[in-house]
Amino acid sequence: MMNYLKRKIVIYILTFIFAVTIDFIIPRLMPGDPIAVLLSRFATMPQATQYLHGYFIEAFGLNKPLWEQYITFWKAVLHGDLGISIYFYPKPVAQIIKEALPYDLALLVPSIVASWIVGNWLGAYAGKNRKLDSYLMPVFFFLQASPYFWFAILLAYIFSVKLELFPLSGAYSYGIIPSLSWAFIKDYLHHWVLPFLSLFLVQLGGWAIGMRNMIIYELEADYVRYLEALGSSERTVMRHAFKNAMLPQITGLALQLGLIVAGNVTVQVVFSYPGIGYILMQGILNQDYFLIQGCFLVIILTVLAANFIIDIMYALIDPRIKAAYVEG
Amino acid sequence: MKRLVGVLIGAFVIFGVFGQVVAAQEQELPREETLYVGGGLWSQPNNFNPLIPWSAVTGTIGLIYETLFNYDPLNDKLEPWLAESGRWVSDNVYEVKLREGLTWQDGKPLTAEDVKFTFELHKKYPGLAYHQMWEWLQEVKVIDDRTIQFVFSTPHYEEWKYLLYQIAIVPKHIWQNIDNPVEFANVDNPVGSGPYKLYKTDQMRFILVRNDNWWGIKYFGKPAPKYIVYVIVYSNNLALSMLVKGELDWSNFFIPGVPDVKAQYGIVTWYDEPPYHLPANTAFLFLNTQKPPLDNPEFRRAIAYAINPEEIAARASQNQVTPADPTGLLIQYPAFKKIYNKEAVDKYGFKYDPQKAMEILDKLGFKDVNGDGYREFPDGKPLKLTIIVPFGWTDWMEMIRVISEQLAIVGINVEPKFPDYSKYWDDLTKGNFDMAINNFGSNVVATPWQWFNWVLNQDVTPIGENFYNGNFGRYKNERVAELLELINVEKDENKKLQYYYELQEIFLKDLPYIPIIYNGAWFEASPEHWTNWPTAKNPYAFPISWNGYWQMGGVKVLLNIKPVKAATETTTTEEKTETIVQTVTVTPTETATSSTETGGICGPAILVGLAVVPLLLRRRRS
Repeated sequence: MMNYLKRKIVIYILTFIFAVTIDFIIPRLMPGDPIAVLLSRFATMPQATQYLHGYFIEAFGLNKPLWEQYITFWKAVLHGDLGISIYFYPKPVAQIIKEALPYDLALLVPSIVASWIVGNWLGAYAGKNRKLDSYLMPVFFFLQASPYFWFAILLAYIFSVKLELFPLSGAYSYGIIPSLSWAFIKDYLHHWVLPFLSLFLVQLGGWAIGMRNMIIYELEADYVRYLEALGSSERTVMRHAFKNAMLPQITGLALQLGLIVAGNVTVQVVFSYPGIGYILMQGILNQDYFLIQGCFLVIILTVLAANFIIDIMYALIDPRIKAAYVEG
Repeated sequence: MKRLVGVLIGAFVIFGVFGQVVAAQEQELPREETLYVGGGLWSQPNNFNPLIPWSAVTGTIGLIYETLFNYDPLNDKLEPWLAESGRWVSDNVYEVKLREGLTWQDGKPLTAEDVKFTFELHKKYPGLAYHQMWEWLQEVKVIDDRTIQFVFSTPHYEEWKYLLYQIAIVPKHIWQNIDNPVEFANVDNPVGSGPYKLYKTDQMRFILVRNDNWWGIKYFGKPAPKYIVYVIVYSNNLALSMLVKGELDWSNFFIPGVPDVKAQYGIVTWYDEPPYHLPANTAFLFLNTQKPPLDNPEFRRAIAYAINPEEIAARASQNQVTPADPTGLLIQYPAFKKIYNKEAVDKYGFKYDPQKAMEILDKLGFKDVNGDGYREFPDGKPLKLTIIVPFGWTDWMEMIRVISEQLAIVGINVEPKFPDYSKYWDDLTKGNFDMAINNFGSNVVATPWQWFNWVLNQDVTPIGENFYNGNFGRYKNERVAELLELINVEKDENKKLQYYYELQEIFLKDLPYIPIIYNGAWFEASPEHWTNWPTAKNPYAFPISWNGYWQMGGVKVLLNIKPVKAATETTTTEEKTETIVQTVTVTPTETATSSTETGGICGPAILVGLAVVPLLLRRRRS
């Protein structure tokens, strides 16, 4: 087990260094000048703008050679300092992310977990019941194939614009102050439903299809025939099949945690939902190097951490993997 | 198991959001006392530092912090605000007398020392916006508590007029303890002298609450709304739907379909007929005067004749904008009208005349040699130009489509292009473009010099080096440089007028850029909760709430609008809300400091922490 862990940790550290380096380079390859964009809001004082541009280029260290910026960046990252946002000047990036993160967690965790549970359940059901399967499969395929933003726009159009059941944007109404009151929670949940649904439903399709295929495969396996020959109840058979079918789904969960970030960005943009995805979008549009770096850093860490957990859980759950590493 | 998961999900939802919210009392802002405003906030409100006005959120200057003077563009009047009066006591000394009884929001008196301190901050910190005024301002003298003298080495009369209503005064007793005012976000508890205090901010809005101890009540009365909620609205369509539902009271967005909205919902605009709005600035077609054939004034003139601004106004903005005068000057406003050189316009001005455009082009030798319908250079080289505007700016995108169609009629091949904003701005300021639309600095201002200094500024850098002044096409003319300098430092109004006249004549003859339309001062107000909005029939204020415009009329709007339903029991709730203000403004301070220490990566940290749990469990078992 220790060897397994050691090897994994080395791989994770290398991945982290590589990802952070890319995170540093990519925004700097974009055309344009972030300070100039920032100061374009201040056009009425031409001479001052010219002067301030030089001042802030220096203040942000953007006049230094790239390798020097890179070293400074790593030093800061290791100190937990993500710098000051250019676009949201002079707010620290760490604070922006800290304020946005709760909105992500409140949207992501429930949608991933709920879609995983419901999707697996529905998939198993469909795999067992051929008649139901023929109705459910097209729905699953439709859901899985929908891009997040497209599905989000569809939901927004139907439930918000046409039926006016849910609000179109934001995390809560403009006229309400966040507090632990019933009125606020109700208002918050009201705004939460549509972004949640678009993430939940799209992911649901994928889980259900995966589970359904696995169940059908497992039901054909020798051990199932053996159990049937022994005269086990359908319940017992399903329990064993389900357990075996779950393993790939857990791996899938890890991968999904990585992919969801991309989907989450578009959903948040559609609903102007103030999470990391939305902030990241604004950072990119305004070339805010530090904000882009910060957001990606959080995403990288989250994905790595999620994968790491799954790796460990996998070793614990699947006896084959455990055996391989304990012996080796 | 399932139940447990359900509880976990619920807990995540609730703690995720409420974790950082202190359990305060339930509060919904009373609708009849709250004014919802939108149109001037485009990113999270997180900077209330009036000394960095390009980054400060709208309302920081004007509502929380105040300037010595306000400016009324409708009557061209510098209105004394913190100042009671201001005058030139000699050619290079400007004396300001402050009003009596000025106080800061924390109760301390606002004196001449604060004014001196504020101006000297700009000298001390080069990162502050108006640092460069110290190149011609020599000294700020405090004569007594209410009198200040500004002594100039070279008085820049025009620039000074602008600064008088731009520089917000900050309290010395607070700002002298601030390490670096350039990096000071000032969100925790900004203390200004204005009629409103900051109540709360979050990612989508900020809320201001009325300062009932405002010094100005005895001079101007009390502003009507108790709360102002300034919201970010990300699209014009969303603004429209909020407006008609009564969720937005005062909108400064370009809203499509204004006539229908007016007829159906009684929405108030400045004019009842097209163009519905006052002009806010001039949108120019900038031509790169360093690139052939655009370096030829006659070629530029041909383009000017070929463009029909009427069609642009109709197609791009549904006639909510008007075609610009050949000078581009905002002659609807008295400050511009009084310097307007009508004779020169009659003599050298242009109007839509494609026939004439073709004649000029023929004469210049630009002819269609290869028969593809487009003209070539006289030496036969193909001629193809591009126009750029930022992607997503739909009205401008339509504008350049129309322009390229119109230029095609006279045989000039122009391709409209839509780069991302940052790329557009980079190309524009580095001179890597043929034609571009822009209007950023051509605003309604107290002095047309400001306007000219943007569009014709002569500190031109070579192509490839950034240049942010409005003279994006890098038009060079020594006489223009002289005139801009002369107008700024000339005290004699008559001489100044002659310089202005000459400047316009040069502009019309040389035609470095083509004024296309006057962009609107978009203003739509809902009469559902508030009435007595300013209109052309009741023109008490310039109705714009954008950043930098509150001291040009926004505050007056607040002083004059009236609630539809009179608020009940305001006096009883007052004390209660006072205490809430306290709790709310104190808590962010704590979260702000703790966040810088933890680095905002708590989420991943928790996940990493969770990873250890199975390990520990595992070890215990074996």
